[in-house]
Amino acid sequence: MSKPVELTIDGKKVTAKEGETILEAARRNGLYIPALCYLEGVSSFGGCRVCVVELKGSPRVFASCVTPVTGGMEVVTDSEKLRRYRRWAVELLLAERPHVCSVCVANGSCELQQLATELGVDHLRVDREWTDYEVDLTHERFAYDPNRCILCTRCIRVCDEVEGVHTLDLMLRGKNSKVIFDLDENWGFSRSCTSCGKCSASCPVGALYVKGKPLSEVKKKDLVSFIMERRSEK
Amino acid sequence: MVREIVVNPVTRIEGHAKITIHLNDDGSVREARFHVTDFRGFEKFCEGRPFYEMPGITSRICGICPVSHLLASAKACDNLVAVETPRTAVLLRRLMHMGQIIQSHALSFFYLSSPDFLLGMDSDPSKRNILGLAEKYPEIAKQGVWLRKFGQRIIESLAGRRIHSSDWILPGGVKTPLSKEKADAILSETPKAIEIALNAISIFTKTLESLNKDVENFGDFPTYYMGLVTQDGGLEHYDGRIRIMSPDGKIVADQLDPSKYFEYIGEAVEDWSYMKFPYYKPAGYPGGVYRVGPLARLNVSSRCGTRLADDLHKDFKKLGGNGVVQNTFMYHYARLIEIVHCVEKAEEILRDPEVLDVNVQAKASLNRREGIGVIEAPRGTLIHHYKVDEQGRISWVNLIIATVNNNLAFNKAVTQVAKKYVNGRSLSEGMLNRVEAVVRALDPCLSCATHAIGEMPLRVLLYDSENRLIGELVRG
Repeated sequence: MSKPVELTIDGKKVTAKEGETILEAARRNGLYIPALCYLEGVSSFGGCRVCVVELKGSPRVFASCVTPVTGGMEVVTDSEKLRRYRRWAVELLLAERPHVCSVCVANGSCELQQLATELGVDHLRVDREWTDYEVDLTHERFAYDPNRCILCTRCIRVCDEVEGVHTLDLMLRGKNSKVIFDLDENWGFSRSCTSCGKCSASCPVGALYVKGKPLSEVKKKDLVSFIMERRSEK
Repeated sequence: MVREIVVNPVTRIEGHAKITIHLNDDGSVREARFHVTDFRGFEKFCEGRPFYEMPGITSRICGICPVSHLLASAKACDNLVAVETPRTAVLLRRLMHMGQIIQSHALSFFYLSSPDFLLGMDSDPSKRNILGLAEKYPEIAKQGVWLRKFGQRIIESLAGRRIHSSDWILPGGVKTPLSKEKADAILSETPKAIEIALNAISIFTKTLESLNKDVENFGDFPTYYMGLVTQDGGLEHYDGRIRIMSPDGKIVADQLDPSKYFEYIGEAVEDWSYMKFPYYKPAGYPGGVYRVGPLARLNVSSRCGTRLADDLHKDFKKLGGNGVVQNTFMYHYARLIEIVHCVEKAEEILRDPEVLDVNVQAKASLNRREGIGVIEAPRGTLIHHYKVDEQGRISWVNLIIATVNNNLAFNKAVTQVAKKYVNGRSLSEGMLNRVEAVVRALDPCLSCATHAIGEMPLRVLLYDSENRLIGELVRG
């Protein structure tokens, strides 16, 4: 049995499990911290910086999805500074590729769009990149549009850690990074893909999706945590 | 010395345009040109997108009649997946189209054009708009607003929203069926819609009498006419085949396959406008000038196919020799008759026992590499033509927009009206408003025509014979 850890989040006393992250402790106690690349059921890597929090006694901000709780920790989840950081994180994601909500399959059920609304991102302060990646429609059931990808790598982690085939991975670096299938094959020609659909179910935006269906009907954000929970019961 | 007058921007139309009027030494008009000043590039940036995104993308060409693009695009996509769309889905799409035509025609007549003839061509330009109309004739303005709302509500009942309901239309059908409550709600309002449309017709015909002189030279010139017709030559908006009528009222081509439009329609380009100039190929360019839209549809069709509209159609045909009405002003009349027809047609569709069926989409993936969708948009024949690669990504797009079909006619019409009314020696606002009014009668949608962004005001520029700008009137 792990030892319980006591900390405060926004002045509220919270009991967490040892080894748990701040984000997990907050969510389990019904406290909200926005997050984007975090996906319950798979590992976290703190990439998007939307879930940043402040810790009393430190001038830095911390990604709550990868920062473990410690006894006596005082966490602040909402402040002017944090809102500014989060806003920039979302703005930069929106600027990195041509996100055009009105004609996107994810419109209305997109996590990036919801965050932008929540954080009041109604315009961008930096120039947009109008990337022109080829859309991959080779798979019979799924489509991949890299122009809408925010590089959260949820799909990669799900494919590796839940489905166990590691079809998906990243190539190149920085803003040029691209999610690829096998050794950059077209999806329809991937030899390892099992067509399970977990990647598209976990995609927070409209980059990976089921062809011919509005996203509102097929997005299953909790699919992965559900699968992991059922597995742990066995 | 020759001068040029420029009307820029043209007001109370959909989109940006300017008119230039070229004058002779004595100040009389030599020629007038209608210029479309925006460029948008939809045909180019759609390349590479999955074909099923096309209804959503192309409907953004226009916020006035997104439904027209949705339907033309959906038909092109139906073509690509090559399945038979369930009859109920076709009925629902048709119903949406009727709502669309009603609201668009109501907008054109009541909001944009009626201020000209109800308040007067020479009335105070600051009041010559829908607000001035509401002040002087509140009942008519209210009716116009109601009728437009009625059309928009039909669209909303089907797709959940009035504008850009793009995710409701899918290749092979539509997303959701129609509920009985919503069908009944529309049916309960159709009698009022017909009453308003008939009332507008009586207002219009009275106006015709008082505007007699003005109307005579209001873009009254012979052209070819093109429109879709049913198998027996009746009025058709959603499906059907192309009929072309010559200026003297003869049917020169009938039951043409709309997907072979390129065999009989050529597209010319002029360096002074971003709008292409289509023409009827057998008659050459620019002799093959043709018109589309409400006037053309009523000219080419032998009947409407609904009770009240059929009677009105017969009266309408009497207005021209050989059953061809050439006067551009009569576009307004044709538009009102079409409203009556569309309301009647909507009733007919809603009473069809299959309209509430729940089988509304035939599902299939890509089966063809080329797809063409043709419909009659409120402003005329609209063609969407796509080619895709082996994955279903768009590789080539051609859009022939209703307004573009009328491009040559616009230039003829503004020249005729300018010749009649404009005198370069003493310019007046009312004079230029008549030039604008003929443009309004054709009801251009320039945001569509240039596939342009933003509002649509108009500018008139006046040039002398050495092409020096000597005057300018700007509004909007």
